[in-house]
Amino acid sequence: MKKFISILFYLTLPLSFISVSKAGGHMEAEVIHWWTSGGEQAAITKFAEAWEDMGNTWIDTAITGGENARGTTVNRIIGGNPPTAAQFNISKQFVDLVEQGQLQSLEEVASAEGWRDFIYPKALIETCEFEGEFYCVPVNIHSSQWMWINKEVFAKAGVPEPNTIQEFINVAPAIQDAGFIPLALGGQPWQESLMFDVVLSSTLGRDYSRQVYGDKDVSAFRDGRYELALQTFRDLNKFVDEGAPGRLWNDATAMVVEGKAAVQIMGDWARGEFAVAGKVAKEDYNCVIPGEEKYVGLGGDVFVFPKSSDPKVKEVQLKMASMMVNPTVQAKFNNAKGSLPMRLDVDTAAADACMKMGLELIKNPDALLKDSDDYNSPAFVNAWDDVLTEFRNDSGYSVADAMDDLENVLTSGL
Amino acid sequence: MFFKRNLGAKIALLPMIIISLTVFVGCIIYSFVYSLTNSKLIPVFNYVGFDQYERLFKTRKWDVAVENIFIYGIVFTIGCLVIGFLLAVLIDQKIRAESLFRTIFLYPYAMSFVVTGLVWKWVLNPTFGIEHSMHLWGFTWFELDWLVNRDLAIYAVCIAAVWQGAGFVMVLMLAGLRGIDEDIWKSLSIEGIPKWKSYIFVILPMIRPMVITSLVLIAAGVVKVYDLILALTSGGPGYSTTTPAMYVMENFFSRANLGQAFAASIIMFISVVCILAPWAYYEFYFRNREAKV
Amino acid sequence: MISNTIEARGPRPKHLSIGRIGMYCFIVMCALFFLMPLYVMLVTSFKDMDEIRSGNLLYIPKSLSFYAWPKAWGEACTGFVCEGLKPGLVNSLKITIPSVIVSVSLGAINGYALAFWRFKGAYFFFGLCLFGAFIPYQVMVYPLLKIESALGIYSSLPGIILVHTIFGMPILTLIFRNFYASLPIDLFKAARIDGGNFLKIFFYVIIPMSTPITIVAVILQVTGIWNDFLLGLIFAGRDNQPMTVQLNNIVQVDYGVAEYNVDMAATILTSMIPLAVYFVSGRWFVRGIAAGAIKG
Repeated sequence: MKKFISILFYLTLPLSFISVSKAGGHMEAEVIHWWTSGGEQAAITKFAEAWEDMGNTWIDTAITGGENARGTTVNRIIGGNPPTAAQFNISKQFVDLVEQGQLQSLEEVASAEGWRDFIYPKALIETCEFEGEFYCVPVNIHSSQWMWINKEVFAKAGVPEPNTIQEFINVAPAIQDAGFIPLALGGQPWQESLMFDVVLSSTLGRDYSRQVYGDKDVSAFRDGRYELALQTFRDLNKFVDEGAPGRLWNDATAMVVEGKAAVQIMGDWARGEFAVAGKVAKEDYNCVIPGEEKYVGLGGDVFVFPKSSDPKVKEVQLKMASMMVNPTVQAKFNNAKGSLPMRLDVDTAAADACMKMGLELIKNPDALLKDSDDYNSPAFVNAWDDVLTEFRNDSGYSVADAMDDLENVLTSGL
Repeated sequence: MFFKRNLGAKIALLPMIIISLTVFVGCIIYSFVYSLTNSKLIPVFNYVGFDQYERLFKTRKWDVAVENIFIYGIVFTIGCLVIGFLLAVLIDQKIRAESLFRTIFLYPYAMSFVVTGLVWKWVLNPTFGIEHSMHLWGFTWFELDWLVNRDLAIYAVCIAAVWQGAGFVMVLMLAGLRGIDEDIWKSLSIEGIPKWKSYIFVILPMIRPMVITSLVLIAAGVVKVYDLILALTSGGPGYSTTTPAMYVMENFFSRANLGQAFAASIIMFISVVCILAPWAYYEFYFRNREAKV
Repeated sequence: MISNTIEARGPRPKHLSIGRIGMYCFIVMCALFFLMPLYVMLVTSFKDMDEIRSGNLLYIPKSLSFYAWPKAWGEACTGFVCEGLKPGLVNSLKITIPSVIVSVSLGAINGYALAFWRFKGAYFFFGLCLFGAFIPYQVMVYPLLKIESALGIYSSLPGIILVHTIFGMPILTLIFRNFYASLPIDLFKAARIDGGNFLKIFFYVIIPMSTPITIVAVILQVTGIWNDFLLGLIFAGRDNQPMTVQLNNIVQVDYGVAEYNVDMAATILTSMIPLAVYFVSGRWFVRGIAAGAIKG
């Protein structure tokens, strides 16, 4: 019986070696990413095409869901079978990997090509730089501080389009009376916390955001302003329909596109949904960054390159890193993705009215907002989001309780 | 002498012994050791004592998860047993097309949890699902908002799970019923006891082993419930349908919070041991001794 | 022996009483409830998106749309590789078949050794092994990763087969042991007196009697392994990703347009093999259990 089992093992072994031998060639690179939907696929294809035009092979490992993809990357690093390159967000997600010496330093190519001179905004350099060396390549910028407005719905309801969250709260009952859903929301934790962060930054400003998320200043957190933001967040709840829990963000966007809902608070990627539906920016729909002061956050994606014992792999990795920041590649990639490039000398002629607003804003260093995940570990951010999502969904969860639970997270050292 | 006796059996059981020791026991020890660290994305030995456990018990989400696993465990287990038994009794009534009905009740068991979750999410969706259908038929009062109602969402999970698991219990129970001697039925009918009474008071105790087996097989699934909830509610609305297994998984994967994940999984393991130990003691020690006597 | 225990006792009643009509009504309603999700999946997969958004979930499609099926099978994209579920089918077979054979064989031999060849300490390890059935497998993911990478089989076919064998072992060992423990011990004693050794008795006496339990074990393992998502994702390696992982890639879109008809078609396609196994062999499954494959 044992013999039989071992024979079986040997029989199945070659099956796995066939695939291994494929990967033994010249400049081959396996890339793990989570860009699996329409526009994202188009964008990652631009990278792959550019790579293959250089005479190389691109092995695509697309895994749906950032969590699954990042988990796979980490598992494979631990298991000793890392990919050539892997996607992470602009955040602290991969700090551990750098600290444990698992990532390839890109300093050679970064200093040779002068990355520090052309990467813009400069805050992106902070994300990638550890002890004077580059460990990641930022590839695009997304901002999440946008309010998407269906102009027709506001016209029908006979109320002016809002420029701030408070203005929206003032006119929302009229929209409701006119038979529309004032606020389209997808009830997933990340969407709820995105909305809350917009409420926070647009009403309380960027310095306050830094004090709480960056400095973890308990007295600033407890000075009454955060409670106010939570209360506003809860006030917005009245204008959300019951079907929200679990709804995908693009289904919520579709509600605004189709004129069922008036407003969605969502990142700049929502623009793609309007474009697909043939809607024109500033004519059919409007994009507004709410608040007296306009801020844009720096979200987006980076690629990291896990260390390998094979010196040839390093060569491949540096070459790919260099390709990703190339201005021509950047233009193609970001136009397909609908995101902003990570350098200013990129051709953005294809940008629409809303995208141009974003491009203008990131040129002003005072308008740049650091999100909680620029300061904090994923564990911290997610524990924070837990409280926010439960707070939105459970009307019995009082502001005071939520404040206590948030303070626990704030002081937890996560 | 020791090695010679039952040598074949010893060699044959070697894989089981090695796996039990290295994987099962080894993993528990490994998890416990790293639950005492503040490991984030990858396991690193930075000793922090029982901080992770302290944090775990201070987390509201964990409380919700524990509460949910009790609700799910009780409703799912009882639901499966009651419906499984009921269906088995019905099928046992010499009905026509017996094997057709049996197949209908059993097929959900062949589906993966992901599929079960997806299809029920679709059926219970308040915008497109059954509620919408009823409204189109004019029953505008009809409400089925379980998935978006934070108090009821966990019961929606239970329904989907019972739908999937009841057929398997039915088969086990049916096998038990078919093992009942014809003479018992004869004597029961001679004494004029109504059929439903006979099933509940006489037959049910007789198929007790099958009930226990069903219970064990169902219970082993309860602790691990993860894929189903992920596909059905992703733990929402809010985090009202989260479970301990989900808590562990998200800390492992999305949150890069390994220390916390290990601590939570150790607590899960200890709870399972506490529930299981008395049963295991009875089953393998007490009963074996009984048999020898 | 098997066929006797499965059929209902005696003939069907000749007359339909009111009670029996009521019973039939009830059982048909139950059946409809159990069938409803499958029906919804089927009709949804043949609708186009407009009808799905506006129409009635329970109605049959107004016009049959065959858009979803070929897309789910061979065109849906993951990244820029647009091969749908197709490559997953082969991978799932490559994983499931050897895993089932190895794990069921191991379970059988364990059960046999435990039932007939007890030695000191065997039951202690059996108890440990049983606890394995209740350990949340999340606990074991990281250590197993380490073990497999030390063995050099991480993210390969042998790697995932080993994982499925490990996770299947406790329950399989339990049901095989229980089945063998219910066999008449005299048979075994006679075989020993005839000079049979461990392997000989197993092959010539035990295996021929193991049909019902083996069918049950195989069916349980086929569906369990086929439906696994997490272990396949982590341990199989990028070239062996099972169908469920591909299904997940199609249905779980965070930032894309959800096409429910394609989702449903993909779901049915993924469930096809275990469903077929149940439809074809469900009868033997029930018989196997009735013949004592699973006991308390």
